[in-house]
Amino acid sequence: MKEAWLQFKSSFFLYSFLRDPVAIVSFLIFLVLVILSFLAPAIAPHDPYDLAAIDIMDAELPPVWMAEGENRFLLGTDGQGRDLYSTILYGMRTSIIIGILAVLLQAFLGICIGLIAGYFGGLVDNFLMRLADIQLSFSTLLVAIIIGALFQTAFGVEKYEDFSLILLIIIIGIAEWPQYARTMRASVLAERKKEYVEAARVIGLKSGRIMWRHIFPNALSPILVISTVQVANAVMSEAALSFLGLGMPITKPSLGALINAGFEYFISGIWWITAFPGFVLVILIFVINLLGDWVRDVLNPKLYKH
Amino acid sequence: MLLDVKNLEVTFALRSGPVQAIRNISFSLDRGERLGLVGESGAGKSVAGFSILNLISQPGFISGGEIFFEGKNLIKMSEKELNTIRGDRISMIFQDPMMTLNPVLTLGTQMTEIVRTHHKLSKKEARSLAIETLRQVHIPTPEKRIDQYPHELSGGMRQRVVIACALISKPALIIADEPTTALDVTIQAEIMDLLLELCESENMGLILITHDLSVVAQMTDRIAVMYAGKIVEIGKTQQVIRESQHPYTQGLLKALPQKRFIGKRLNQIDGSMPSLLSMPTGCSFHPRCPILDDRCRAERPSLQDCRLEGHQAACFKVEGK
Repeated sequence: MKEAWLQFKSSFFLYSFLRDPVAIVSFLIFLVLVILSFLAPAIAPHDPYDLAAIDIMDAELPPVWMAEGENRFLLGTDGQGRDLYSTILYGMRTSIIIGILAVLLQAFLGICIGLIAGYFGGLVDNFLMRLADIQLSFSTLLVAIIIGALFQTAFGVEKYEDFSLILLIIIIGIAEWPQYARTMRASVLAERKKEYVEAARVIGLKSGRIMWRHIFPNALSPILVISTVQVANAVMSEAALSFLGLGMPITKPSLGALINAGFEYFISGIWWITAFPGFVLVILIFVINLLGDWVRDVLNPKLYKH
Repeated sequence: MLLDVKNLEVTFALRSGPVQAIRNISFSLDRGERLGLVGESGAGKSVAGFSILNLISQPGFISGGEIFFEGKNLIKMSEKELNTIRGDRISMIFQDPMMTLNPVLTLGTQMTEIVRTHHKLSKKEARSLAIETLRQVHIPTPEKRIDQYPHELSGGMRQRVVIACALISKPALIIADEPTTALDVTIQAEIMDLLLELCESENMGLILITHDLSVVAQMTDRIAVMYAGKIVEIGKTQQVIRESQHPYTQGLLKALPQKRFIGKRLNQIDGSMPSLLSMPTGCSFHPRCPILDDRCRAERPSLQDCRLEGHQAACFKVEGK
């Protein structure tokens, strides 16, 4: 353990991180956002999920610094009288959980499929990659509508609200796995030709072992590179779906659902319900993308910027 | 008899039609015997080596013949049975030690993996066996080296490790495919000496695939010279070198720099090897042969016995017994 830490301390990864102010700042912002959102139950002044604590008389109050603002509600309230600051914290937690879990699902599907396609080649490869093409020609939206509709007819609308988190993870996971599969396949194709793979076959190892133990770790770095960008994309997909009413229910809003909820008040001058969650979403995605850029530069030896 | 290859044929199913890369070759190897497979690039040496383990990659396949190893026909074996032989009874050493070791695994992991795939050994036992084998190939402080990654070693060291990998399961046969081509000359000699010493002490068979006749002359008991997918001359090393019968072998020997002819131009064999797609009629060497006649253009010579026992050459001009 201590050795691993020492190795990390002297690694190029950390060295280049400490040399890059953009990376440090975005990482700090990202860290703060993640900590805030996961500590939401402890630090949020109100519990937006507790329907009994919400008072409809508090609805549509502006932020504190405006004339009608109240001290209880730092960023004002939404159309149902929920404290916006608390709701944003909870909503961000939902968004980040969905983003990360959906990416894990994408990565799992994509890596397995890409590895098999790249390693076996030929017909298997053709079949799996055409499958990926078909999947890509369905937009995330279409997948969401189909799965949502299927689930609602099968289990009813109430159940849909309970399971929307898991459903969104599955929808975004299924819709975007081809990105991973393609990246994995491309890098497996490059690794497969190398002599160490031949050597592994010569010593009589089975295909599965060669794939997972020998090729997979060598083909991993492009996967790491796209992962950060994919998290940002997944958070964005979730926001888009929720905004269109296909995602999180308004009782447990994510950032996208909040933006959507505020949208109908927007024209009547109540801008804060949409603006604050929108601002947080933009910051979140922006810092993840900046971090992603930095990871790509570090892990890709062909991109020398200096 | 350790290995007996009979009438082996390897075909590549290319888009332009099937092409025979190995045309009816036979050779055998006794326990502890060392055989050199010599020829220029594209003669089919490496393909012959890989076909012994039935590991020719697509679109190539073994289209005929038999390969008996310790009495069992390798060609008839299932993939599962073959995997028990690969790496355990027969090992291979490749050309480029920079590429043969997996860059993300430590030497220890890679070496113990080999033994543990084939034998029920605990991690500890496998590790001490790996350390012992590293010591056998003269790696200093193997206890330390075993936890290092390939990139922390020099080229010569890595080839030693590759040899250790081939050695660790005490195989009966090692196939070495140009094991020193990627190394510089001084290290080349060291590695060859090491390989020779280990083969002798462990009584292992060796098939040395190379284009370097001088290496083969020092290392092997017998030589098989390959040309365009066929064995054109085979025999005891001394016989083939002293009394070469086939004009191709003679040409190769004359092309070597020799003390006797200091300052003279080296001989060369005019022309280049024919493409497998357009084989000449008759003897495949005839377009480059200095002593051809009409018969060579029309008929294909088969291996014929020469003056000394066990020495054969595929040429009509052979001085028979």
